[in-house]
Amino acid sequence: MSDKDKMGPDAQFKAFLSEGKFMIQHGKESGKAAFFPRTVEPGIGGELVWVEASGRGTVYSTTTIFKKPPMHNYNVAVIELEEGVRMMSRVENIDPTEVKIGMAVTARIITQKGEPVVIFVPGDVT
Amino acid sequence: MTAFPRSKTAIVGAATHGMGRADGFEASDIAAIACIKALTEAGLTLADVDGLFFCHGTDTLGGLSFAQYLGIHPKVFDNNRTGGSVFQSYVEMAAWLLDAGMIDVALISYGSVQASKTGKLVNTLEPMPYEAPYKPIIPISSYALAAARHMYQFGTTKDQLGAVALAARQWAQLNPDAYKRKPLNMQDYKASRIIASPLAVLDCCLVTDGAAAIVMTRADRAKDLVKKPIYVLGAASETSHREIAWMEDMTVTAAVKSGKRAYEAAGVGPNDIDVLQLYDAFTITPILFLEDLGFCAKGEGGAFVENGRIAPGGTLPVNTNGGGLSCVHPGMYGLFEIVEIIRQLRGECGARQIAGAEIGLAHGNGGVLSSQATVILSGS
Repeated sequence: MSDKDKMGPDAQFKAFLSEGKFMIQHGKESGKAAFFPRTVEPGIGGELVWVEASGRGTVYSTTTIFKKPPMHNYNVAVIELEEGVRMMSRVENIDPTEVKIGMAVTARIITQKGEPVVIFVPGDVT
Repeated sequence: MTAFPRSKTAIVGAATHGMGRADGFEASDIAAIACIKALTEAGLTLADVDGLFFCHGTDTLGGLSFAQYLGIHPKVFDNNRTGGSVFQSYVEMAAWLLDAGMIDVALISYGSVQASKTGKLVNTLEPMPYEAPYKPIIPISSYALAAARHMYQFGTTKDQLGAVALAARQWAQLNPDAYKRKPLNMQDYKASRIIASPLAVLDCCLVTDGAAAIVMTRADRAKDLVKKPIYVLGAASETSHREIAWMEDMTVTAAVKSGKRAYEAAGVGPNDIDVLQLYDAFTITPILFLEDLGFCAKGEGGAFVENGRIAPGGTLPVNTNGGGLSCVHPGMYGLFEIVEIIRQLRGECGARQIAGAEIGLAHGNGGVLSSQATVILSGS
């Protein structure tokens, strides 16, 4: 039993990210991907196992949050991962208004306020 | 499954209070007044109420506090929290409970003074750990994502969103109770500051105070009461997700299913509806609900609302009180939609009255397109 077995799914997800791995869950029987992390497979109730995500995704929808200066406008997006699940994130290294639905993006793990967070950059750069 | 008790229950009292601003009052204060107004017009009293359905905006046990405030000991009590659609679901549940004989008189109420207390939408939600790091502005950025997707898939335009805002304002100008009644044109709308693209300030519902209450009983008893009974033909609810990233198709809401079951229960279809209220938390939502409730095909909602079709004088009267966009939106709005339909079916709406309205639909939305509930009412 590793340390992660003693953790809840949220803590495990974060621990993987801290090791530089973007992991999502798959149904052990169904093989279907699931995100966000859970203790049971959604809609089925079966066991879930962790699998490293490809990191490849597509922008499913996008919005620019407009802020008054000196604050900066920023992007909020919903990304569809190659594995078929969606997550909220943001696309960086691009003007937020230039993020387009259907755009190919690639996951990156960054540190934000001391916590590991998954963001995306434009293009398939895995 | 047993069929919905079509026309076996009726709404016999309906009231609002503290619309817009209720400075110096608490939520329960104005809700209690709305309750007494609704009971009084039905010829009933608090002593008759044995089912209480109340949602408090900020206090999770606020429903209990409200029963205590009213000084009643209801047999059936609900303090459900599915968002703005909860009141449509309350009507659905009350119909079943009344028909089963579990209760005799249901009182459904809501009140909020968030505008006079805080000046903004009060957020009582737990941040979602897989959303929070990206700083979404809940709920507007969630609806912005849905609107952006609808625009991408179907070519829906900003002008079409604007048509929803303009129609709401035109209806509000005919409603003395509406909060925003100044004329609004497309130029003003387009100059409105973007908060989360494509949604601007004028795409968002108001933040106001306000309270509402309705009283329901079985149809046989309703006949002997004071007001013309408004019969519950059908009602149904469905929930599909909590956060927007987990909405299966951002352009299709669970209103497809709640609407289908409500129509089946009522034995009517979209063509039979004379007047409708579609929860307009944001300008995109009536467009989605027109599609999902069968008033036009999927993707055609934007074109449907053009040229004043849902505005006063248009062919389909939608949100005749001025909606959440221009009339009232105290955090949760569904009950105000039901009250407006009741008033339309009673013929009490003055300048905004839809002549001969017999069947009305009030559709509620909660969360971020998460919970959907549809009620179909009839004046006969």
